[in-house]
Amino acid sequence: MQESEFSFELDGTDLPFEPGQSIMEAATQAGVYIPHLCHHPDLRRNGSCKLCTVKVNGRFGSACALPAQAGCTVESNTSELQEMRRQIVQMLFVEGNHYCPFCEKSGNCQLQVVAYHVGMVDMHFPPFNTARQLDASHREMLLDRDRCIQCARCVRASQDLDKKNIFGLAGRGMNIRLVVNSDSGLLGDTDFSSADHAAQVCPTGALIRKDQAYPCPIGSRLYDTPISQHTIRQDARHD
Amino acid sequence: MTKPTIATCSLAGCFGCHMSLLDIDERIVDLVQLVQFDRSPLTDIKHCSEQGVDIGLIEGALCNAENIHTLREFRRRCRILVAVGTCAISGGVPALRNRIPVEECLNEAYLQGQGIDQPQIPNDVELPLLMDKVYPVHEVVHIDYSLPGCPPPADAFWSLLTALLEGREPSLDYPLRRFD
Amino acid sequence: MHAMNYQRINQILDDHGRNPLRLVQILIGIQAECGGIPASVRDYISKALAVPLAQVHGVVAFYHFLSPEIQGQYRIYVADNIIDRMHGNQEVMATLLQELQAERGKPRADGQVFIDYTSCTGLCDQGPALLINSRALTHVTPDRAKEIAERINAGEPLNNWPSHWFQVEESPRVAGPVLASQFEPGRGLQAALEMGPAQYLKEVERAGLRGRGGAGFRTAIKWRVSRDAPGKTHYVICNADEGEPGTFKDRALLTRDADAMFEGMTLAGLVIGAEKGFLYLRGEYTYLYSQLVATLARRRAEHLLGKNILGREFNFDVEIHLGAGAYVAGEESALIESLEGKCAVPRPRPPFTATHGYLGQPTVCNNVETFVKTALIAQNGADWFLECGTRYSPGSKLLSVSGDVARPGIYEYPFGTSVQTVLEACGARETQAVQIGGPSGTCITPNEFDRAICYEDLSTGGSFMVFNRSRDMLSVVQNFIHFFADESCGFCTPCRVGTQLMRRAIDKIVAGKAGARELKEIEHAAKCTRAMSHCGLGQTATKPFLDTLDRLRPQYEARLSNLDFVPNFDLDQSLSKTRALSQRDDPHAHLPQTGEACDARI
Ligand SMILES: Cc1cc2nc3c(=O)[nH]c(=O)nc-3n(C[C@H](O)[C@H](O)[C@H](O)COP(=O)(O)O)c2cc1C
Ligand code: SF4
Ligand code: SF4
Ligand code: FES
Repeated sequence: MQESEFSFELDGTDLPFEPGQSIMEAATQAGVYIPHLCHHPDLRRNGSCKLCTVKVNGRFGSACALPAQAGCTVESNTSELQEMRRQIVQMLFVEGNHYCPFCEKSGNCQLQVVAYHVGMVDMHFPPFNTARQLDASHREMLLDRDRCIQCARCVRASQDLDKKNIFGLAGRGMNIRLVVNSDSGLLGDTDFSSADHAAQVCPTGALIRKDQAYPCPIGSRLYDTPISQHTIRQDARHD
Repeated sequence: MTKPTIATCSLAGCFGCHMSLLDIDERIVDLVQLVQFDRSPLTDIKHCSEQGVDIGLIEGALCNAENIHTLREFRRRCRILVAVGTCAISGGVPALRNRIPVEECLNEAYLQGQGIDQPQIPNDVELPLLMDKVYPVHEVVHIDYSLPGCPPPADAFWSLLTALLEGREPSLDYPLRRFD
Repeated sequence: MHAMNYQRINQILDDHGRNPLRLVQILIGIQAECGGIPASVRDYISKALAVPLAQVHGVVAFYHFLSPEIQGQYRIYVADNIIDRMHGNQEVMATLLQELQAERGKPRADGQVFIDYTSCTGLCDQGPALLINSRALTHVTPDRAKEIAERINAGEPLNNWPSHWFQVEESPRVAGPVLASQFEPGRGLQAALEMGPAQYLKEVERAGLRGRGGAGFRTAIKWRVSRDAPGKTHYVICNADEGEPGTFKDRALLTRDADAMFEGMTLAGLVIGAEKGFLYLRGEYTYLYSQLVATLARRRAEHLLGKNILGREFNFDVEIHLGAGAYVAGEESALIESLEGKCAVPRPRPPFTATHGYLGQPTVCNNVETFVKTALIAQNGADWFLECGTRYSPGSKLLSVSGDVARPGIYEYPFGTSVQTVLEACGARETQAVQIGGPSGTCITPNEFDRAICYEDLSTGGSFMVFNRSRDMLSVVQNFIHFFADESCGFCTPCRVGTQLMRRAIDKIVAGKAGARELKEIEHAAKCTRAMSHCGLGQTATKPFLDTLDRLRPQYEARLSNLDFVPNFDLDQSLSKTRALSQRDDPHAHLPQTGEACDARI
């Protein structure tokens, strides 16, 4: 009875899991999509975007941070949760400056596709009009903080996978910003490279290659078709 | 039975949304059967009729004083107001200038830019003043529905309008939901 | 530009053994010494400790009392809890700014003075209060503010100022079993050593002691889990961050019962097998630091701390760490991050502190009052403790009473005591509402004053703020919402952005510019923030709003605008720059904010 010993219920379906897996990992393995942004399969967990919030035995929690537990009941695809996730994405949109029509990442952007997935059609909240610093100092990569959602994916990738520790998040509350570990604070003064893992993991157009512009035509972009576990996994592997 | 009325209007936008509306092709004929067009660049009527219209579609962002007056007048006359397109919803392409202080914009355009003959910031009272930033419409009036896209696909217009005319809550299918 | 004194900076680094784990402590030292931590110093520290520059930047930007620029010789923070407001802190601020010729939140032109607001400083019973260079001044009137400014303008060092200005009184109004107990240093410890740690833990369990920091977790369970968790080293932490606005009972205990608190920590060390404890003292209580250090020294001399305590094979010592102005640092996992020299950002849980705390090792974290009680249980026994309280909330609770009352101060009552009893004792009249447990607690109105203070009804960490009928409760809510928006650590989306949205909304509501539709929408967003936030801060940040909406809805409705919509920004202001540049002032160069243009539509 190995099977039932390690399984839990997700939206009414039994899902097997391996001990130690998070709810997110178990769902991913079973091909079930739970909306997420700061989670990345290759990176240490973070749990900051809160998009993956599910209800575990009636209590709210992050699917990417909570370990799967035998016998627990998890709700994810409910109108209550999708509605709240929609508000979270709207919060991210008003906090930054996200202008999809002129963003190179459009169509391949996880923030945008998650917005589509949760049915967002407007920003709803008053925009913050935050002024953030653009860093074009690097030869290959552009850092546009207007599009940064503080997910710390690049921070973790650089720390843990590249062992370079190029990024950090500094500040408090709404003043939190992605900072670069160099005396000048500029990306150009680091040994960052477009081949780094950290250069591949940004879910938005914040950390982007300079030489690609709009790499593929509308219609054939990753998210021109509805989101699924497949496209997300493809994205996670390589942008 | 009088037909429901529709009005459309543009602020700081490129008329792309209006073009996209026309892209519903021959369904425009069906639409005209269903509704009466009031104020619109398509009809060249400049103000909504006194008794108001049922559905107003507003395209474009707010970048100057005139946009504010236009939007407010339009809002007053529309029972349902729909923000159409990225510019109306988030500021869109006009909001590119939000990175740059407005005084620098004017400086570049009228005083210091290349090839300027008689440098002077225009001050004719007929000219609407620019606002410090470009704003989305929901900062200034209440918006009932939004149709995203740059421009929204023609089918999205169709889907939204038919829903509103039939008294259903509009909801866009995934391919019709897009921000670019 | 100030020439930085690198000799002193090196000294500070050496005092802390150049230990990167003490980064926050080092930066606090430099801030005090140099009045700020400019880029060159951050760079220097980063290299000296071999910590990433981004971490040094991060820490300096995170804590209120650290600053990336030189603030000068006099750094003044005026407490801005709603109670301080009611006591007239705004007049004090205005006087100081006027007399000092300074601008709030900016170093004065001569680089000598910096003045700003800060959240509650734990002196609501003696407000308006302010901190100058980490020293507390109480009962500050505008006249006193003038005198203060005079001395600052004359460059007089703080040590020459009248000492009674710095007087913080600690005299409990109602003493219960804890405040009335005669604590004899070492007696409880002796008793516990004799009965053995396991038996002592059973006593704590039998007493049914629950954490006094607010959440009410059973102390014995926490200790047992931690004791049984595998790990190289175990740690004990005393949470003296007391950041909840309106709370000051830990201040009183730290002042008069520090001995018992340290003994409580030592007992925890005995039970879980820890040799090291930390007292995390909020930056606002820095003025207590030296007397706490002296108490530790005395306990060491009395063999109650250090090696071979009371002649046994038991070692335990305590190190004091200072906070630097961050409410969220009171959350235990955030506190541990701060102890490790980082920004106080709450960790994902599980794992929990009890098994993976300081440096990933099993750690017990308890409130000051909890530790005082564990010490008294060791000395007086569980039966003594069980003499009062309710079935699920045994014992007593210290309350910090402030606001519209005749006698603010510390009140100790058995759990189960009604709000009404406390109101009568403190001389509250015409009470409109009581905020129990601080902004993150519950706001109750007169028909609930028979409710009981205990975990099963009105749970509280100790804050008890009273508002009479003359108070505008919406500005109370506004003050609390601003507090949370300022204190959000920024880690998770629903709190970081949600509290800002709340701030904008409540400001619009209080200004009478929000409509019914907007009120409904913000209620919706408030519930999202409550449900989805990562830690207790975000989960409770919208409570003042939701509680009062529930109980005082008419007050909101009376404020609502009946216009269709009032723009979110100042329209006319948005034209001011181009108006000036084009030298226009004609009617077309202006925009009305309201009026016909935004009245209800057809
Ligand atoms: C935002 C936040 C702030 C907190 N501040 C404090 C505090 O100042 N003092 C405190 O004792 N507990 C505080 N807590 C609770 C602690 O996380 C922890 O539960 C407590 O210290 C445990 O001690 P106890 O069991 O003795 O109550 C706070 C919690 C949160 C979420
Ligand atoms: S740059 Fe990209 S990966 Fe890095 S924190 Fe910002 S959004 Fe996340
Ligand atoms: S709820 Fe607020 S304080 Fe807590 S982790 Fe999230 S942002 Fe930080
Ligand atoms: S994906 Fe779980 S919190 Fe971001």
